[in-house]
Amino acid sequence: MTIENKINKVSLKVKDLSVYYGAFKALEEISMDIEENQVTALIGPSGCGKSTLLRCFNRMNDLFPNTKIEGQIIYDDIDIYSQAIDPVLIRSKIGMVFQKPNPFPKSIYDNVAFGLKINGFVGNYDEEVERALIQSALWEEVKDRLNDNAFSLSGGQQQRLCMARALAIRPDVILLDEPTSALDPIATVKIEDLINVLKKDYTIIIVTHNMQQAARVSDKTAFLLSGENRCGKLIEMDATEKIFTTPFKKETEDYITGRFS
Amino acid sequence: MSTKIDINSSSLSRRKLIGFLFISFCLLGVLVAFMGLMSLLVQVIIQGYEWVTPNLIFNYPSRHPEQAGLWAALIGTLYMMGLTALITVPVGVGAAIYLEEYAPKNWFTSFVEINTSNLAGVPSIVYGLLGLSIFVYFLKLERSILAGSLTMSLLILPVLILTSREAIKSVPKAHREAAFALGGDRWQVVRMAVLPTAFPGILTGIILALSRAIGEAAPMVAITALVYITFVPVTPMDRFTVMPIQIFNWVSRPQDEFRGLAAGGIIILLILLLSMNSIAVILRNKYQVRSEE
Repeated sequence: MTIENKINKVSLKVKDLSVYYGAFKALEEISMDIEENQVTALIGPSGCGKSTLLRCFNRMNDLFPNTKIEGQIIYDDIDIYSQAIDPVLIRSKIGMVFQKPNPFPKSIYDNVAFGLKINGFVGNYDEEVERALIQSALWEEVKDRLNDNAFSLSGGQQQRLCMARALAIRPDVILLDEPTSALDPIATVKIEDLINVLKKDYTIIIVTHNMQQAARVSDKTAFLLSGENRCGKLIEMDATEKIFTTPFKKETEDYITGRFS
Repeated sequence: MSTKIDINSSSLSRRKLIGFLFISFCLLGVLVAFMGLMSLLVQVIIQGYEWVTPNLIFNYPSRHPEQAGLWAALIGTLYMMGLTALITVPVGVGAAIYLEEYAPKNWFTSFVEINTSNLAGVPSIVYGLLGLSIFVYFLKLERSILAGSLTMSLLILPVLILTSREAIKSVPKAHREAAFALGGDRWQVVRMAVLPTAFPGILTGIILALSRAIGEAAPMVAITALVYITFVPVTPMDRFTVMPIQIFNWVSRPQDEFRGLAAGGIIILLILLLSMNSIAVILRNKYQVRSEE
């Protein structure tokens, strides 16, 4: 395979990133490049800080009090953690889908239009909502009942609605935080297919517990592990093929072969 | 030969007996409460139904029972409730939003939090005396509707803040996160994601707080000083009376007729109160269907 030799443009560059919750150091000096139009998987055992790392990319950690972040994440030539940057601007460019589907208790249409409204979109809402729902492969299932409450959808449909909601505001990057962990296998396959289609237009970072999923959907895989003090570190990052066949580090091999989890 | 199942298990019948006794006890509690309420209602209705006439509603108080009415008190109550709502709702809901969504978690906010709960339990006469010294004497508002409404607002604010905070707290964190992740700032998240979901709960809190205020006599006694009023208040600075005071006044008279009048007044007060509570229930159900489907 030649995947690992392909050179893509870097979308997000992480430099010496450390995260503290109060006195507790959750992540230590992470450096990695997230490439454009690639799917990057973050894997590792529970508590290794992969979700914390994901939340750094759209500054969601800022919402927890007492969080301190050192280091930089360069996006579009600017450090998203520099003083001048308002996290609100970052989040409209770097979207996120959460572990459990979390639609608003509103109609399907209003859910998708929510982000457009927040960002002061002026124009044809119907068109944008339709586009986002087509992109998330939900349009055919809901086009005749856009005014129904989002809770009338199944769990898998709700998660694709959340994808549509994130896509509606035309982000560059989509962060997926274990997007299928609350879904059944069929709904999971649909989301994975969707990820494969979406990476043509978006840069995707996915946190997953499921190593088969990482192997199926991602181009690059980063393996994180918490050492002593429960502080998460990046063990290695490489093409997914390589991580799952000939990893460089012994810890990675132990983890992917299931010697510990 | 013994079977695995002991058909004559004595411990089973004992457990069943205990269960039966417990249910009986609970049922008894329900019965006592229900009978108390029913006997109250029945007695009031029997005593008062023939007094519920247009006279009772549209006449001013009088020395002659057959001509006496509570028009001044009814309008006074409605006027005061309106003003109280105008004062309480923005202040109470605003305070709840601030405490839940904006306030940093430090000793000051927890101090405020503990004291709001404590204030909700303070006897209402204390608020009456507080209102008397602050609004009537210190701010020189006289014994006006405004002074009464401000006092009543103080009384129900803690209740409203508590219920509104509970309503805001019950909005799932996931909704807030979703709205933040879409690029909302805090105000947009509160306005578009939190308040719509919390709205039915806040509304219920408002109506329950107001329906507490409608029946309160003690603080109003302190403010109005049990006057005999034969006019309808027009400006917020006018003197006034409220229905519980009028009823109290009638009850304390020696003639039997006035006791009937008082019962009639209670019926009208109860109708007002129950219709407010029904509105609360209807509105809550209407909006909650949409959020819990």
